Amino acid sequence: MSDIQSAGSKRILKILPYLSLLSVLAIWELVVDTGLVPNTLLATPIQVIELFIYKLSHADPDGSVLLVHVLTSIGEALTGYTLALLIGIPLGLLMGWFVVAEGLARPIFEMIRPIPPVAWIPLAIFWFGVGLTGKAFIIWASGIVPCVINSFVGVRMTNPVYIRMARTYGASDWEIFKNICVPSALPMVFGGLQVALAASWTALVAAELIAADTGLGFLITMGRRLLMPDMIVLGMLMVGLTGVFIGIVIDRVEKRLVAGVRR
Amino acid sequence: MEDKAGIKKPKIECVNISKHFMEGQEKNHVLDTIDLSVRENEFIVILGPGQSGKSTLLKIIAGLYKPSTGNAYLDGKEITHPGPDRGIVFQRYTLFPWKTVMGNVEMGPKLRGVPRKERRRLAQHYIELVGLKGFEKAYPHQLSGGMKQRVGIARAYVNNPKVMLLDEPFGQLDAQTRYFMEEETVRIWETEKRTVIFVTNNIEEAVYLGDRIVVLEGKLPGRMKKIYDVNLPRPRDYTDPAFLDLRHLITEETELTL
Repeated sequence: MSDIQSAGSKRILKILPYLSLLSVLAIWELVVDTGLVPNTLLATPIQVIELFIYKLSHADPDGSVLLVHVLTSIGEALTGYTLALLIGIPLGLLMGWFVVAEGLARPIFEMIRPIPPVAWIPLAIFWFGVGLTGKAFIIWASGIVPCVINSFVGVRMTNPVYIRMARTYGASDWEIFKNICVPSALPMVFGGLQVALAASWTALVAAELIAADTGLGFLITMGRRLLMPDMIVLGMLMVGLTGVFIGIVIDRVEKRLVAGVRR
Repeated sequence: MEDKAGIKKPKIECVNISKHFMEGQEKNHVLDTIDLSVRENEFIVILGPGQSGKSTLLKIIAGLYKPSTGNAYLDGKEITHPGPDRGIVFQRYTLFPWKTVMGNVEMGPKLRGVPRKERRRLAQHYIELVGLKGFEKAYPHQLSGGMKQRVGIARAYVNNPKVMLLDEPFGQLDAQTRYFMEEETVRIWETEKRTVIFVTNNIEEAVYLGDRIVVLEGKLPGRMKKIYDVNLPRPRDYTDPAFLDLRHLITEETELTL
């Protein structure tokens, strides 16, 4: 696409995203300033930025500084997420290649799969309380599904020609799984990690909205309780930004690992 | 069937091989009563048009398909499975895209448990034999079609197979590259002699490469039509009158069916 564009329109294209963001912020600021939307319902961008700077160093009114909320959420997410991929990826890969593994694990998996992750929240609170463990469990339950599915499909999609090739070398089933199926499934597995991340992050915030004493979801809930629309918006923005950040990290790792595969 | 030279035992022997595939309720008869013996270090070309069962015959010898009747033998032993004693080069590029040239060539020895240092040395030797020195670290998507098939040949050779099976390896290459690869095939084969079974639908390629050319009938089920001896010295010249005569002879005799 960019080959067709002239240099001038390229420059305009570069400015466009900023222009669009700025105009949204300006309109947002205006609708509140002019009283079109009451300030008690919606904070202005400037108020959000002010609160952001304040929250960097102040624990009140919700009990923790911003960084603590962010780190709590990341900590919970990473715990559950790591467990999800440590269990989900090997499980999915094995299910894809070994008929016995599929036969054993598939029915259980298919039964759990249609349950939305947020439906686990009450049970998780019941079992583990409002701390890290309960949240990690919910993240795990929502993250493991895409990990398993993508790893499974990734192995199943291995080009049969590669498998045939390895067979002509006299390779055993396990050798073929290890040396052919797993590497060829990697791009698909990483796709699953991104999907799992989105699912986990959503479930985490939902869990924190219901039961937590720190974390970004908790910050949003406190904003509602304290009638502070700026805090709600700040919480939402931080959820988005942190999610993007984690996504970028995973993308980097993927590019390192999946060498040679043109996508 | 006795080999007409009759001195040594045949390396590969196909006895009364037929093959059909079941497609739903229908029997698709692909090969019929194939008898063939191949001497050690002989370069055999199996020539036939598309859909003549030639590829199926190769895959039976490779051990990837089981014959419906009859058997294929390697050194007198029945072929039941694929194995590293038969190196295969497919028409479609089958390099592992996540591995470098080195990684692809050393995969065979790796899967057989050859220690790293030894398999590196082996792989390096065959990478150089096929003329890819300097490309060890390149990934398949960075290579041209001809280079990919060179890797394919090195990858088959590295397992030190008794027999090389090539299934229309140059079918997807442009004419120029194809001629060059044919020359290279002869050069490599003369450097490290192996029994070769080479499948093609190209008469010129067959005459250029083969010690003998086995022509299959042009319709299913594939039957052996005729075997031609090519008594021309190598390297052969595409424009040599004797070369052209044989080429015309085969063309005429197979015209109706090819």
